[in-house]
Amino acid sequence: MNIHRYERWWLTFGVTMLVAFLALIGFAAFADNINPPSDMQQIDPTKVAQTPPFDRPGPRRTGADSYEAYYVARVFSFDPAVLRVPAGSLVRFYVTSADVVHGFFIPKTDINMMAVPGWVNTQEHRFTRPGEYLLICHEYCGLGHQDMFAKIEVR
Amino acid sequence: MQAMTQVRAENRVVIAHVYTATAAIALGAVFGVFQGFARTSAFAAPAWFDYYRVLTMHGVLMALVFTTFFITGLALFVTYRAIPRERKLGMGWFGWGLMLVGTAMAAATILRGDATVLYTFYAPLKASPWFYLGATLLVLGTWVVAFEVFENVNYFRKANPGAAVPLVVFCAAATFVMWVVATLGVVAEMGLLIPWAFGWTPGINVMLTRMLFWYFGHPLVYFWIMGAYVIWYNIIPLRYGGNVFSDGLTRLTFIMLILLSTPVGIHHEFMEPGISPAWKMLHTITTYGVAIPSFITAFAIFASFELAAIKAGRRGFIATVKGLPWNDPTFSGAALGMLLFILGGFGGLVNASYSMDTVVHNTIWIVGHFHVTVGGPVALTFLGAAYWMIPRLTGRALWKPELALFQTRLWFFGMLIMSLSMHYAGLLGAPRRTADVGYLGASGANAWQPFMLLAAAGGFFLFCSILAFVAVAVGTLLQNAKTEPMEAAFATPAQPASATPGALQHLYRWGALALVLAVAAYAGPLGELLRHPGYLAPGMRTW
Ligand code: HEM
Ligand SMILES: [Cu+2]
Ligand SMILES: [Cu+2]
Repeated sequence: MNIHRYERWWLTFGVTMLVAFLALIGFAAFADNINPPSDMQQIDPTKVAQTPPFDRPGPRRTGADSYEAYYVARVFSFDPAVLRVPAGSLVRFYVTSADVVHGFFIPKTDINMMAVPGWVNTQEHRFTRPGEYLLICHEYCGLGHQDMFAKIEVR
Repeated sequence: MQAMTQVRAENRVVIAHVYTATAAIALGAVFGVFQGFARTSAFAAPAWFDYYRVLTMHGVLMALVFTTFFITGLALFVTYRAIPRERKLGMGWFGWGLMLVGTAMAAATILRGDATVLYTFYAPLKASPWFYLGATLLVLGTWVVAFEVFENVNYFRKANPGAAVPLVVFCAAATFVMWVVATLGVVAEMGLLIPWAFGWTPGINVMLTRMLFWYFGHPLVYFWIMGAYVIWYNIIPLRYGGNVFSDGLTRLTFIMLILLSTPVGIHHEFMEPGISPAWKMLHTITTYGVAIPSFITAFAIFASFELAAIKAGRRGFIATVKGLPWNDPTFSGAALGMLLFILGGFGGLVNASYSMDTVVHNTIWIVGHFHVTVGGPVALTFLGAAYWMIPRLTGRALWKPELALFQTRLWFFGMLIMSLSMHYAGLLGAPRRTADVGYLGASGANAWQPFMLLAAAGGFFLFCSILAFVAVAVGTLLQNAKTEPMEAAFATPAQPASATPGALQHLYRWGALALVLAVAAYAGPLGELLRHPGYLAPGMRTW
């Protein structure tokens, strides 16, 4: 079977592009540690309210400008409903679900992850611009899914 | 005469499959247009409108019913026509019957409100067991059709020792080899869901069901694309007097799709806990690999265009493009679909890109993406191919071909408008699968509204386009007499098929290797999940 010369060039070009893209993604992952959220911590969703740190959802200050924020997602709300942090804060979000699968998404930030019952998930973001941010559930979770959102106030 | 009655009997089987697909897309479009408007704040839906029930219906009808019935019909059609013989049609009918009963069961539970779980049915949302059983029957019915296609391949090989299986049948059979490997995942998932839904097992491993779903969910997408490729390679060239560019490369493309469609599914789970970054990276790499057969296809299509133009004495890019039969509804459907697919390909690279997916995951960008892949290229190619098949199935000339042509163009523009607005709104952060994205007027959400309105308008054009399609499909049956010949020819390669290496003639061996690759790609993440069994979820009904 002979393959036309142009086709060889085209495929060489295509595969080179793919390898280049993969190299970039790989570089971002290994050198800059840009990975998707992939936490392995487990939790019993029926006992979320008794399990620290999710028994007290909300922020904890961990440094001069850094916070950890613990969230519980359940139909159809987030706890805490409002989070206040100063501008410039680096916030590491931890979320778990007490019932079905929910989403955890803050548009215009790097925060986009799934909250799966039985698991904890985590991601972090530095809020440089003051303002009000929407935190929304972006996985269908039931009849009131469109009402499931919270706010983050960055001052 | 004998042969003619045989052909008519075969046609009836195919008509059953293809017209069921037509009914599914027509109903799906009704649901779709309502969704588009309901998502805008300007046209907020009345309180009785159950958005998620409608969305479940739309997803199931479009993604699982329309596409599947069309592809089973197409595969049977090309197999029957390219391998003419005395044959029994029991399997074709039995497959259709199982698929139809399954669809009816699933649709009834959804319409009653007992399965508002969307077409992905993520646990621990728990639907009526009859929903899962119905979906399982739908899949089992496709296995019967697959078996029928394979049986004809085997027959051909036995009757013609040493000869290559006709290319079009090879492509159709390869599509079903891939499909059988892929559907093992969803059938395994059903094996967990059904006893749980009946209450025989108390809990379910949520992450395990998700992984099994996406083991199937991604190749599902490639099942659609392979269906479209069957048409692009074997049917479309004859519309412009062209050839299959290369027999060997076409077979290679389908073999690569058999191998690479399945070991990629975790790219749908990038944002989930419980799966290590290493496995996510592995599936990113394999996902990039599955782009290669599409590169080959893009080349083959343009090369075939050009060779046909040269044969007709036209040279140069403009002359080649102008010389194509843009006024032929079948060609128009496929070609406009290909144009949309270019958009889809770019978007797909973003989605598959591990870390970049953070920007778009579960936003309406994704919905824009799959409407310019399955909703555009695949559906439009199928609609165009239906205009080619229907006269050959019914012996009736197409009713109002100019309406058919208009339909393909309207679909193209409607899809561009709807999909581009969805892509853009997604980049701004608008979520998918949400009844109303107003969020009580929250500042961030206001910016999405104009694009939701545009998307709804695009959806309205799409809906009108489907009305036109149904008018042509049904009008042909009602209005036109049986005057047409029913012969169907398929494109032949420019090079003789004998140049194709033997390794590219196998199907089942590649299928077995695909299974090995799939197991290899999932052994790691699956093992990791099973080492973290943790919580078993009882079912919940949150709707
Ligand atoms: C009349 C034409 C169509 C219109 C107006 C339309 C509209 C829509 C809209 C607005 C959504 C998004 C809803 C949301 O995420 O909240 C949607 C979802 C979807 N559409 Fe379409 N669509 C059309 C045709 C198609 C076709 C032809 C296919 C595939 C063959 C398709 C497959 C899907 C799928 C799989 C979903 C996702 C359902 C889910 O998220 O559960 N659609 N459609
Ligand atoms: Cu939700
Ligand atoms: Cu995929």
